[in-house]
Amino acid sequence: MRRSDLFHDVVLIAPAAIVFGAFFLLPLVHLVMVGGSGPGGFAVYARILTDPLYLGSLISTVALSTAVTLATLAIAGVVGVFLSRNRFPGDALLVALLTLPLAFPGVVVGFLVIMLAGRQGLIGDISLWLFGDKLVFAYSMAGLFMGYVYFSIPRTVLTVMAAVEKLDPRLEEAARSLGAKPWHVVRDVIIPGLKPALLSAGAICFATAMGAFGTAFTLATRINVLPMTIYTEFTLQANIAVAAALSFFLGAVTWTALALARTAAGTSVAAAG
Amino acid sequence: MTGRGLAFYLQLAFTILVSAFLIVPVALSMIAGVTANYLEGVSGGLTLDWVVKVWGLYRETIYLSMAIALACLAVTLVVGVPAAYVLARRPSAVTRAIEELLVMPVAIPGLATALALIVTYGGFRGFRTSWLFILVGHVLFTLPFMVRSVLAVLSTIDLKTLEEGAASLGAGPWQRFFGVVLPNCRSGILAGALMVVTLSVGEFNMTWLLHTPLTKTLPVGLADSYASMRLEIGSAYTLVFFVMIIPLLIAMQLAGRSSATRPAARRGGA
Repeated sequence: MRRSDLFHDVVLIAPAAIVFGAFFLLPLVHLVMVGGSGPGGFAVYARILTDPLYLGSLISTVALSTAVTLATLAIAGVVGVFLSRNRFPGDALLVALLTLPLAFPGVVVGFLVIMLAGRQGLIGDISLWLFGDKLVFAYSMAGLFMGYVYFSIPRTVLTVMAAVEKLDPRLEEAARSLGAKPWHVVRDVIIPGLKPALLSAGAICFATAMGAFGTAFTLATRINVLPMTIYTEFTLQANIAVAAALSFFLGAVTWTALALARTAAGTSVAAAG
Repeated sequence: MTGRGLAFYLQLAFTILVSAFLIVPVALSMIAGVTANYLEGVSGGLTLDWVVKVWGLYRETIYLSMAIALACLAVTLVVGVPAAYVLARRPSAVTRAIEELLVMPVAIPGLATALALIVTYGGFRGFRTSWLFILVGHVLFTLPFMVRSVLAVLSTIDLKTLEEGAASLGAGPWQRFFGVVLPNCRSGILAGALMVVTLSVGEFNMTWLLHTPLTKTLPVGLADSYASMRLEIGSAYTLVFFVMIIPLLIAMQLAGRSSATRPAARRGGA
């Protein structure tokens, strides 16, 4: 390419580079340094991993996010395959309804969980009517789980549907004509075919659940998940070094999950091709 | 397949159940926003009083969210579209690395990014207390979506041939960018723009830390009303939010459907 072209490309990408460098890379590096600026210096990063409170928060967040990811993949997998393989009246409406909450913010999802499972919630009313006992679980880990599954379903259904469109239906027919039972077709043909999509959708689910803050904020400040711990350290304790170090771990976990999934999905795509 | 067996109806029932799980609470909160008293239910009468009250209390947050979303769109267009073009034009290890970096704000939780911005720029009082501080956060978070969306379209068209054709007719690099490239990635720009506005209007994770008492956005106001107001006001406010965001989400579905008919290469990842 000509030199004037190179100049032109540099000019075009410069704004992105400047915005990104000044407001993302530089602050992020600074954040890591601030993490090491507390009384204990950079040892804070090691201390967090041995402190029962912080470690507990990290572990419970990872556990919650894993559970949310598995539940969402199971639900969205069934729904996504079903909707892309069957045509019936109202199917487009179901797809529209399932993907409507795609960009609902976490705070609103928290409020919707309260509408379902809060003190004046629908689930409580139904359980009171059925069993004479008011079921209220919005303000706990179970409420958080429900909220995270709620906002993960739309995106995952979309990913699964897009992946199913690319599967070759002839493979399933071949398996069926060779005598495979429906469950075996699912296990041996559909799930392996969807593996890259499930991996990448699962990683996004996991990362979003790890970093989600709005839902936990709306439901309760007492739920001990990492974003809430960071927020409490930063605002109530003014413990900026610990908040910064915890943010570093949070970012590292989510980024690693996404990177691993992309690598795994990439290699399995290559292996299949 | 002949006929529809039990499996079909079981899966249909499950799918309807999942849809209900997503839609019923939305409907409940919309209804709660217009009932005189939620405990009495709809029979207690419908009213717009709560919506009026929300408008009086939180009007400013709605204006600010709209202003930030539009400013964010302007910045991501000016910054993101040219960047996507360069990334598509020069597929190399360097541009791939740049692309990886550019999408990092989606992989790093907003809370961490917001903290990083505060510890770095929080000392500049004028900047910290202005709405521009929130705008910076929103631009970082939404830019990857604009870049991805434009890149996805650019990777399906034969950019090289188009540009060479234009160049052989005497078009310079700027003329090619504005006259040939931009018109060809309209659909990607539209999809990206809808995503950017929708995400900006709903962004909370960063904004909660970046806002000040004088720069409250709609989701910040929502969190505030959920914590301190009665259920009907929170619901009415949520209703106002839905009225703003649902048309955007439907437009996004429609735009997605029209581009899905083309064999667009979907880019995976976050």
